[in-house]
Amino acid sequence: MQIAVLIKEVPDTATRIQVKPDGSGIVTDGIKWVMNPYDEFALEEALQIRDREGGEVVLVSFGSARVDDVLRQGLAMGADRAVRVSDDGLAGVGVDHLAVAKILAEALRRESWDLIWCGKQAVDDDAAQVGPLVAVHLGLPQAMVVLACHIDAAGRRLSVRRELEGAEEIVELPMPAVLGAQRGLNTPRYPTLPNIMKAKRKPLETIGVADLGLDADTLRAMCRVRVEQFFAPPGRPEGRILTGDPAEAARELVRLLHTEAHII
Amino acid sequence: MGGYLIVIEQTDGQMRRVSREVISTAKALGGGDVTAVAFGPGARSLAEEAGRHGATRLIAAEGERFSHYSSDGFAEALAAIIKGEEPDVVLYPATSWGKDLSPRVSGLTGAGLVTDCTALVRDGDDVLATRPVYAGKAFTRVRVTGRPAMFSLRPNVQPVTETGAGPASVVEPDLGEAGAAPMARVSGVERGQSDTLELTEASVIVSGGRGMKSGDNFRILDELAAELGAAVGSSRPVADEGWVPHSYHVGQTGKVVSPDLYIAVGISGAIQHVAGISGSKYIVAINNDAEAPIFKVANYGIVGDLFQVVPALTEALRQHKQNA
Repeated sequence: MQIAVLIKEVPDTATRIQVKPDGSGIVTDGIKWVMNPYDEFALEEALQIRDREGGEVVLVSFGSARVDDVLRQGLAMGADRAVRVSDDGLAGVGVDHLAVAKILAEALRRESWDLIWCGKQAVDDDAAQVGPLVAVHLGLPQAMVVLACHIDAAGRRLSVRRELEGAEEIVELPMPAVLGAQRGLNTPRYPTLPNIMKAKRKPLETIGVADLGLDADTLRAMCRVRVEQFFAPPGRPEGRILTGDPAEAARELVRLLHTEAHII
Repeated sequence: MGGYLIVIEQTDGQMRRVSREVISTAKALGGGDVTAVAFGPGARSLAEEAGRHGATRLIAAEGERFSHYSSDGFAEALAAIIKGEEPDVVLYPATSWGKDLSPRVSGLTGAGLVTDCTALVRDGDDVLATRPVYAGKAFTRVRVTGRPAMFSLRPNVQPVTETGAGPASVVEPDLGEAGAAPMARVSGVERGQSDTLELTEASVIVSGGRGMKSGDNFRILDELAAELGAAVGSSRPVADEGWVPHSYHVGQTGKVVSPDLYIAVGISGAIQHVAGISGSKYIVAINNDAEAPIFKVANYGIVGDLFQVVPALTEALRQHKQNA
């Protein structure tokens, strides 16, 4: 089974995000970059499927050389090889999801896949768009927010459990397909020291958008979404803190919620 | 023809509340007619409700091919409808359903999509969106170039309004083969416990953290939640420990919520959790540690033993209701 896993690097979720004074983006100094947590679930699932069914797990990403650290981590978890599409020459293009999905789709098109896993969303822009967009570009079906995945390898069919609001649905779909991992799917493994050493020798291929028949102008022309400004969240008012007898504090809180906040 | 196309989420003639919010938002933005589109059995029956909130037309796609949701099938049909209608703006609910469907439509049509918006404003001919990033640790203002411009709206943020207008006129779409051969298809839906409210749509949430000490102790939160008509959530460590299901987890890598009232019980307030609740109108913190960071974002706080405070609060609410 040939399985691709789309990987994105994101700021560690413990990061305090600060907006640049001119609102053009966030301050990236001192940020610790990690693999998007949902991509870890995607990778773990891909590794378990490969270990059961045989085949290969290949990481695919788009970005600067900094992403290689995260790809090495994925290789140390057990992926067989990695491909990074470099963003060299795209400075100032401001690629949106449509363009990024096009780049990833063209990178994926160089080989044939049985499954393409990704995270249900990346925890930086929280857009949840690239997975489905890649599926559309490749003419594949999708199932996002996946909690469990049953594979009928012989019949080349998938039966997937996905999370809804207060419910779950079963999606039946043919392979190949794009699947978006949700927390609860599995518990990602930690790379062991021997595997970290081994990962250093695994193939990590870097290609440019030109290798995919794309260029800055083509990508710029397909972009439709422009982030014009970043700003800090509105501050919260100073809180009213109650202490003392629990029963009295509770009654006072109810009074405040009723007379001041008007929400009960 | 311009105007707004509102993609309605519905099941058997029951419109999801967020879709009423979305129609109301389009009506409030103004500058064009509001047309709703709904798929599946019961779609036609939404004419009155869609009209009441501001839609003048309802495109009802009730054919057999829409009896079960398919992300690719519905997206194809919607792309065909968009091609025929030529709306300026397309609005979706930012629910599991809307998040699954909308990017596929963006891919098929090449139209720009901004997901999970918390505000839309008119800027000349454009609509400008506000959307949180990093789970609410920062915000962005976003513009879509080209037409249509597509946005999905976070539930429970926009008000529902009524115009007093009559039913929307029902139109049956001519879809040809669009959506007739779906690849991915929903074969069944399993509802959670019927008394469990969904966190992302709840107007009141009671959440427990490590201070609860065990999953069994969530019983006292269930009692408080019952008194408030609230959904129950948790911090991440508590879900990771297995005290509660993963679906309870509120925070940057769990559910991002926007209730009117969020009550954090025994939750210290890690940055990931605070990000996920920052859209709450009022935050109440109950914790025995007066230095806990959760108090920095709380509108009201009680410093004390939660095992005494929570039952006392449940009782105080009960009395408040009796006196009301």
